[in-house]
Amino acid sequence: MSRTILEMRAISKAFPGVKALDGVTFQVREGDIHCLVGENGAGKSTLMKVLSGVYPYGSYEGDILLEGRVQTFRGIADSERVGIAIIHQELALVPDMTVYENILLGHEIRKGIAIDWNETIRRATEMLRKVGLALNPATLVKDLGVGKQQLVEIAKALSRDVKLLILDEPTAALNEDDCDNLLALLDGLRQQGVTCVLISHKLKEVIRIADKVTVLRDGQTVRTLDARAGEVSEAALIRHMVGREITDIYPKRGPVAWSVGGAPADGSGARGGAEVVLEVRDWWAEAFQEPILKGINLHVGRGEIVGIAGLMGSGRTELARSLFGNPDHYRLRGDLFIRGERRALAHPRDAIRAGLAYATEDRKRNGLVLIQDVKQNITLANLQAIARRGVVDNNAEVRVANEYKTALAIKTPSVEQVVGHLSGGNQQKVSIAKWLFVKPELLILDEPTRGIDVGAKFEIYTLMNQLVEQGMSILMISSELPEVLGMSDRIYVMSAGAITGEVAGAGATQETIMQLATRN
Amino acid sequence: MQAKDLQKELQSNIRDYGMYIALFAIMAVFTVLTRGVFISSRNIADLMNQTGYIAILAVGVTLVIVMRQTDLSVGFLSGFLGAIGAIAMVSWGWSAWLAIPLLLVLGILAGLLTGFLVASVGIPAFVATIAGWLIYRGCLLVVTRDTGTIVIQDPLFLAIGSGYVPDLLARLPILPHVHKLTLLLGLATIAWANLSMARSRRSRAAYHFDVPPTDLFVVKQVFLSLLLAAITWVLAGARGLSWTLVVVLAVVALYDYVTHQTPIGRYIYAVGSNPDAAEASGISVKKMLYLVFASMGLLSAVSGILFASRLQSATPTAGTLFEMDAIAAAYIGGVSAAGGVGKVTGALVGSLVYMSLTSGMNLIGVDISLQYIVRGAVLAAAVIFDVSTRRHPR
Repeated sequence: MSRTILEMRAISKAFPGVKALDGVTFQVREGDIHCLVGENGAGKSTLMKVLSGVYPYGSYEGDILLEGRVQTFRGIADSERVGIAIIHQELALVPDMTVYENILLGHEIRKGIAIDWNETIRRATEMLRKVGLALNPATLVKDLGVGKQQLVEIAKALSRDVKLLILDEPTAALNEDDCDNLLALLDGLRQQGVTCVLISHKLKEVIRIADKVTVLRDGQTVRTLDARAGEVSEAALIRHMVGREITDIYPKRGPVAWSVGGAPADGSGARGGAEVVLEVRDWWAEAFQEPILKGINLHVGRGEIVGIAGLMGSGRTELARSLFGNPDHYRLRGDLFIRGERRALAHPRDAIRAGLAYATEDRKRNGLVLIQDVKQNITLANLQAIARRGVVDNNAEVRVANEYKTALAIKTPSVEQVVGHLSGGNQQKVSIAKWLFVKPELLILDEPTRGIDVGAKFEIYTLMNQLVEQGMSILMISSELPEVLGMSDRIYVMSAGAITGEVAGAGATQETIMQLATRN
Repeated sequence: MQAKDLQKELQSNIRDYGMYIALFAIMAVFTVLTRGVFISSRNIADLMNQTGYIAILAVGVTLVIVMRQTDLSVGFLSGFLGAIGAIAMVSWGWSAWLAIPLLLVLGILAGLLTGFLVASVGIPAFVATIAGWLIYRGCLLVVTRDTGTIVIQDPLFLAIGSGYVPDLLARLPILPHVHKLTLLLGLATIAWANLSMARSRRSRAAYHFDVPPTDLFVVKQVFLSLLLAAITWVLAGARGLSWTLVVVLAVVALYDYVTHQTPIGRYIYAVGSNPDAAEASGISVKKMLYLVFASMGLLSAVSGILFASRLQSATPTAGTLFEMDAIAAAYIGGVSAAGGVGKVTGALVGSLVYMSLTSGMNLIGVDISLQYIVRGAVLAAAVIFDVSTRRHPR
């Protein structure tokens, strides 16, 4: 019986307004590959950040014991010193440096005060061999693909006598071959006695490689399953991962009133629910020779709320962005139809003109201008509407902003309030107001209720219902299964850049969606 | 096979070679236009001395830009420190042996102050150093208000900017009009360069790493030796090696060694290329910022000493626009504004390109207005070349 190398006892960590971890216990046996699974927001990454010292000792409750000794990390450097190496989703390599420089960065091999380059290259080559990467160590990291960069990261971790290797969704960005290589490598490292914690959304992968699996849900440990005791199966994992009750916070909506709002002037909207506002057929996207989206087929009808479910990295946001004028410049293939007409949208500007709007998932980064006030944010995407001969009419701006403030019940002392000072829920409303002001026919909402409280969620849901009742269509991307199930007429489930299933909103269960979302 | 290797080598280092080719082309053009005056020993010696204080600043600025920062205060800082040195020697009666260390320490302190503002307080370097630009300019005017230009007489201090290494071998009865010590030093450098390259090649071979084929290696060594010999011959033809050139070569050699061979140097590039990755590798970004600004302050002091010594005085306008010349030279030398890329030797070559233009155009009597336009065009061309060679996939 091998010993316990890591024990995390009753770890709790709170952020303003959210309890991210609530008394999590986590034990890892030496030499195991221990997987950590859970829905988005379950607390996996937070737990690993506590473990690696990103959140320093004192900012959380509970104890970390490595080989039986309590650890008090003040930063990443401390956790590295005792042999914990974490490989994040965002790779931590220096792009302008060679592979060998990267592998030994931070713990150079010296001869006197100078670096012994020959020894460095020899050592790096040895590490590359260990991770099964045959390449010239003098290659610049920026010339490597993501899969190889990942392996270089692992080589870097191995070069510093790692006791515990943590990988945060290492396969999320990899293609199938690279995934296989990586899993084989982890298996090989296990045989050499390296202990490994693997965070992954891909359950097949977990089942293939794990010795033990710990499931987290809502910041708590649900269970730890032992593969050797035959406890790990897809059904068991999914059962433990979901299991939140769907409460009745999802308001019922009335029938579509076709005459109001976003219906087109030519009256085509009056033909009823059969009209398809947006459709894509065999839609592919590619970036840096890696496929991002693989043959997506979907359509959204007038007055419909269509949900897109899937785990992080499944390509949902990429799909939305590829539809909304493709600002990331993916190489696109396939057909896009708007109201039955084939269109090419080369810029978000074209998308807005075609009647699309997209409220982004990260409103702080690319949704709102936080240092500007409510009215400036609301009018930003459609300034022409309140401009006369190229000059913005300030009075019209205030009038428009006040209309939306009332209509959406944005809680702000005035429309001159700086958006950064509003609560998350009200920021989200401003973001939606901004996109309603462009008078779209299809509103794409990416994680519309992320980071906002239950009361504000209810208001957003009510608003969504009002909008579709007026004839607008909504494409909603959400990581919260209850939300997708509670709000959508139809749901597409994505995994690894492809749609793995389409289900009706009524009658679908969290289990069916999770099953589709983890299929790849 | 061989030609292919050479081609590959050329392709992967096109940026570096481009800079040398540009320098060579500029020198060739001016040599023709001036009927050989440009390449004369005397003019080259002058050119080296003129380049000195800009090259020193450009070395520091290169590292600052590699770290994704900027420093506009260096010009007037060097002018101000030069004035302090003059006052120390003239009014307080200090010897240069005391005054120079004082200036170096003051330079480091000024750099640490910038580092504090940028790294600890979190002010953008652009703003912090504009403040420094204004403040040091004011300080320079204050300390020179009563005296105006301060004339320096300390012979040791003056030697740095306008003196030459004495020819200890002048009595040898060979080559009457040649600086024989310079010649000897040049030959020693050639021998050392060849030996150390051969040793490094042997040691790489001992590790079974790829080494260039022997004939290619020999060709390269012969070319390098001839180049060094030519430079030596030109310099030895006049008064030999100036102390300014000695200082510049020492600074460049030291910085080149530190940036390529020591962990500190690698950390600077790592932070500049990807601060998050550097931090995750256990490197303190903050410490590196302090370090790079302190080095900038130190080099500003060196530059101030060179300039005051060359002018043999401290003036109320010393240091004006040095920062812009140094930044331009650094960019011509191949530093990237995106951070993480740029060599110290590039800063030296960039400075030489920049000052060769000035010197050459002065020799053929180009109007100053046109000179600015040409310099601006060359800067733009260098950066355009840089961006386009970087963008092409290898």
